[in-house]
Amino acid sequence: MSLKHRIALIFATTLVLFAACLTLLPFLWLLCASVKSNDDLFMYSFLPHNGQAWWDVEWNRLTLFNFKRLFSEFGFHRYAINSIFVSSTQTCLVVLFSSMGGFALAKYRFRGIHLIVTAMLVSMVIPGEVLLGPTYELLYKFGWLDSYKALIIPGSVSVFAMFLYRQSMLSVPNDLLDAARVDGCSEFGIYAEIVMRACKPMTGAIVLMTFMASWNAFLWPQIVLQSRENYTLPIILAQMISLYWSEYGIVMAGTVISIFPVMILFFILQKEFVGGLLSGAVKS
Amino acid sequence: MPDSIPQKRHKSPIIPYRLRRRLAPYGFLSPFLLLFAVFLIYPLIRSILMAFTQSYGPQATVFVGLENFKFLFKDSQFWRAFVNTVYFAIGAVSIQLPLSLFLALILNQRIPGRNLLRFAFFVPYLVGPVFVGIIFTLFYTPRYGLFNQTIDFLFGFGLDTRWLTNEYLVMPAIIIAATWTIVGFYMIFFLAALQSIRKELLEAAEVDGAGTLRRLWHITLPGIKPVTVFILVTSTIGAFKLFELPYILLKQNSGPNDSALTIVMYLFQTGFESGDLGYASAIGWVLVAFVVAVSYAQIRLTRTFREDA
Repeated sequence: MSLKHRIALIFATTLVLFAACLTLLPFLWLLCASVKSNDDLFMYSFLPHNGQAWWDVEWNRLTLFNFKRLFSEFGFHRYAINSIFVSSTQTCLVVLFSSMGGFALAKYRFRGIHLIVTAMLVSMVIPGEVLLGPTYELLYKFGWLDSYKALIIPGSVSVFAMFLYRQSMLSVPNDLLDAARVDGCSEFGIYAEIVMRACKPMTGAIVLMTFMASWNAFLWPQIVLQSRENYTLPIILAQMISLYWSEYGIVMAGTVISIFPVMILFFILQKEFVGGLLSGAVKS
Repeated sequence: MPDSIPQKRHKSPIIPYRLRRRLAPYGFLSPFLLLFAVFLIYPLIRSILMAFTQSYGPQATVFVGLENFKFLFKDSQFWRAFVNTVYFAIGAVSIQLPLSLFLALILNQRIPGRNLLRFAFFVPYLVGPVFVGIIFTLFYTPRYGLFNQTIDFLFGFGLDTRWLTNEYLVMPAIIIAATWTIVGFYMIFFLAALQSIRKELLEAAEVDGAGTLRRLWHITLPGIKPVTVFILVTSTIGAFKLFELPYILLKQNSGPNDSALTIVMYLFQTGFESGDLGYASAIGWVLVAFVVAVSYAQIRLTRTFREDA
């Protein structure tokens, strides 16, 4: 490596390091904002400190009051439970339905397979926004508006997840399945015991993708939900920032709690997630 | 008792084996297909029909023929939304694509702590758009917000900039927030593409005396072209669907003088705040037509590029 090259690399690294700090700054700021009282929120950029010395933090001014009020006054646990319930149920359904569908498309030849695949590919190209109106109308006819069902069921069909499963199941050797058949394993047994076990990494990726999309969803819940007790976290926080705009500390505390679960899930599933993401993009 | 288990296995099944195997795929597919038909195929067809109707909520619907589309082309608010969205798409993509490629190129080098750095850029992607909107709402607060304070700290001006109430600064503010969330996501794709470039090729070029920039231009960039086109198309499609970020940043509004009104926001307003699902469907189909046309053009243009080179 030449000297010139090395200097350029050091320069670029410094730049990227600086950019990374800027990228993480909002998180640090958010955490600090959630433990400050309303008086201190805009007084100090990060933590309350003594005069000019930012390192001389006045720890005793930090407070969990925002978090307490969030639960006692705003009933935040209700929305958190709604979000957890809706996102986990939807994730389970997506994994179940799309893995079964992907298995059928990957490991069987049957009549109508081409028609089905074509229809799915077409549906993937078309942005979901055109479906909003008709789906709303449909759920109105079903009498499902303003319910968990309205949030969970329409979102439990994911063509993308199904194609990801199909792709990863194609690599499971057919001989293995035939050997299991000879041993008397049922078709469902093959799916559940062999193929799903082999596709565990893909399941990890799809769990994270689906959970994240569902957890962060705003447009659809905003359309179908009316009563407050059904609100999910993005809906209630969007309302709080628009209506109670002076209570920033509380909104920040709510945001901290809301972005936490997806982060934890990502820490657990990061390898699978990145692998699944790339297999969907680079190969297809 | 143990004897009964193998016996059960060899009992002749109610449905013969061959038939069972032929029926199995339909069984596996049926739950998915049912939902697919009800919540994707049916709404898709229905949405085409609805685009030719006018409605007041889901009950009262009147057939109006092509009126929706005729009105749409004269609807100045729709065009405002259209221009804003295109502005966002061009601005966001032309910043995010080079930036994420730049990050990937550097983080592909052997530098200390690169996994940690990659992670740092990726984490914002996990934060949902509503939460990003909330964080940046406070960030952009004039005088007290961290964003202006940082700019003031670095460059010595801009402490009082009103990002969210100045109609010319709203879109740049949205582009900055959007860039923060997505750059690390695209970076991951670029990194994967960079790692798939054969090392021997780069080494051979180095031996032949090609400098860093020439190697980048003649080997690395052509090598990652498929992924670049993929990100270009995906990010453009994503940009055309912009909704949550401006909606939250501007407190469920369209911004000063409709400066942050996007196509999807207009669709949401007409369909679900004013209750005209027919007109909303028409807007949706114009969006589809536009997205398909732009993606097709991007793929075609990048292909001719390759034939020339």
